[in-house]
Amino acid sequence: MRLLRLLWVFLRVGVMGEAAYPANFLAHLLDSALELGTALAGLALIFAHTATLGGWRSDELVALVGVYFLVGGVIGLVIQPGMEQLTESVRDGTLDFTLTKPEDAQLLVSVWRVEIWKMIDVGLGFVVLAISLTRLGERVGIPQAAAFAAALIAGGVIVYSFWLILATTAFWLVRVENILVIFQSVYEAGRWPVSIYPGWLRFALTFLVPVAFAITVPAQALAGRLTWGVLLGAAGFAAVLFVAARVFWRTGIRHYSSASS
Amino acid sequence: MRGLADLYLQQLKTGVASMLQYRATLLIWLIGNILEPLIYLVVWSTVSRSIGGSVGGYGARDFAAYYIVLMLVNQVSFTWVMYEFDYRIREGAFSAVLLHPVHPIHADIAENLSSKVVSLPFIVAAAAGLTAVFHPAFKLTLGMVAAFVPALALAFLVRFLVDWTVALAAFWTTRVTAINQIHFMAVLFFSGQIAPLTVLPRPLQVVATVLPFRWTVGFPVELVLGRLTRAQVLTGFAAQGAWLLAAALLLKFAWRVSVKKYSAVGA
Repeated sequence: MRLLRLLWVFLRVGVMGEAAYPANFLAHLLDSALELGTALAGLALIFAHTATLGGWRSDELVALVGVYFLVGGVIGLVIQPGMEQLTESVRDGTLDFTLTKPEDAQLLVSVWRVEIWKMIDVGLGFVVLAISLTRLGERVGIPQAAAFAAALIAGGVIVYSFWLILATTAFWLVRVENILVIFQSVYEAGRWPVSIYPGWLRFALTFLVPVAFAITVPAQALAGRLTWGVLLGAAGFAAVLFVAARVFWRTGIRHYSSASS
Repeated sequence: MRGLADLYLQQLKTGVASMLQYRATLLIWLIGNILEPLIYLVVWSTVSRSIGGSVGGYGARDFAAYYIVLMLVNQVSFTWVMYEFDYRIREGAFSAVLLHPVHPIHADIAENLSSKVVSLPFIVAAAAGLTAVFHPAFKLTLGMVAAFVPALALAFLVRFLVDWTVALAAFWTTRVTAINQIHFMAVLFFSGQIAPLTVLPRPLQVVATVLPFRWTVGFPVELVLGRLTRAQVLTGFAAQGAWLLAAALLLKFAWRVSVKKYSAVGA
């Protein structure tokens, strides 16, 4: 479990770096709370007019918002900062230094930057999930919880692999930070179950920018509406994408010529 | 006056040239400005279909019409000055601007307009595409379209002045993200973006009438879709005029006191 050990080290470094600015905690908490408040107020507005949205009841959509914050928080915590740093290092050639380290370079670039304040989003996501669980009540048993955990892990792997593939294109295209920003803006579409979107958009949100697997599928598991087929599909897609990202990364590294050469 | 016209012309030219250089930034804003109305379009038409009728006077195809027009109106009137101000003041980049002989807002308006000129064909294409997909219920009349043009121009001006005034907060605090977030929330709920105003609960509708945001987005949209009575249209123009005056005075005052706070960090 070198991954966890490394992640722990970088998280500690991140906390130490930011501990000097305690007032930032309140500022970031306020930001995240406002964003969460906006999302929940939007739901309240919609469910004042209807009992279900595309088959989802309000408690289930609150759970979906929880997943949205949780996954978004994890992306913002390690994946996005790490990948942005990667494209930066490819551009200015400092990746040389990383490649000479004994640790696997892909593992290293995946956890080497931590935006520690995003822990707040992760925490808020858990709180929202816990609240929605008490309201969903008995419908969530051990099988649903297990399916939720499996779907969440598969979704996380898919999102990570997707980001790595995008960031790896930097070895050829050099300036790709804008592509990463585009993912961020499309991620917002995941705040709603993808089943409500028309077919072409649903396809794009499932395979082009995989927010469906990251958010809708885990939330479906909590709502007890996840079929085995979808779960296996998500797991299979995660495995394929992870291997593809690894292969692509290796090809990229071979292509890397360092800035000074 | 002639000097100012020359200034705008020159700024527009350099603005367009610079926008064409930074195409990716433009694309990112475009995606956001298309995606957000599209999401609410889908959400609200789903709601109206699932209850099998209309919500606040809108059926599924009315929501499509509302959000496609809103996408265009929002594209015309939106600004990003608050992000710009945060950077300018934190990095001390404002020092050079303050030495210019004209008020800096003119350069900002010209820059905003030049970006709109470049992005307009794309947003119109997006609107045409969404029209083909969602079959919106448009029934435009010539009179409404004629009234739409000044309403849109006033919406742009009011929104620009209000945003610019709020952005001046960057002179007073380095933590503007919370202020921006609250401003963003107010615009989302009270301008008609999250839902047409008739869909909001009654108390929120009253608040929205008093605030400027509704007049910068929702009003031109409802106007051109023929959803307003003659009296409501006149009230809307009066509100736009009143807010234009109020925002201009507020901006003048806020600018005078704020600029004294500037300490040119990094200079």
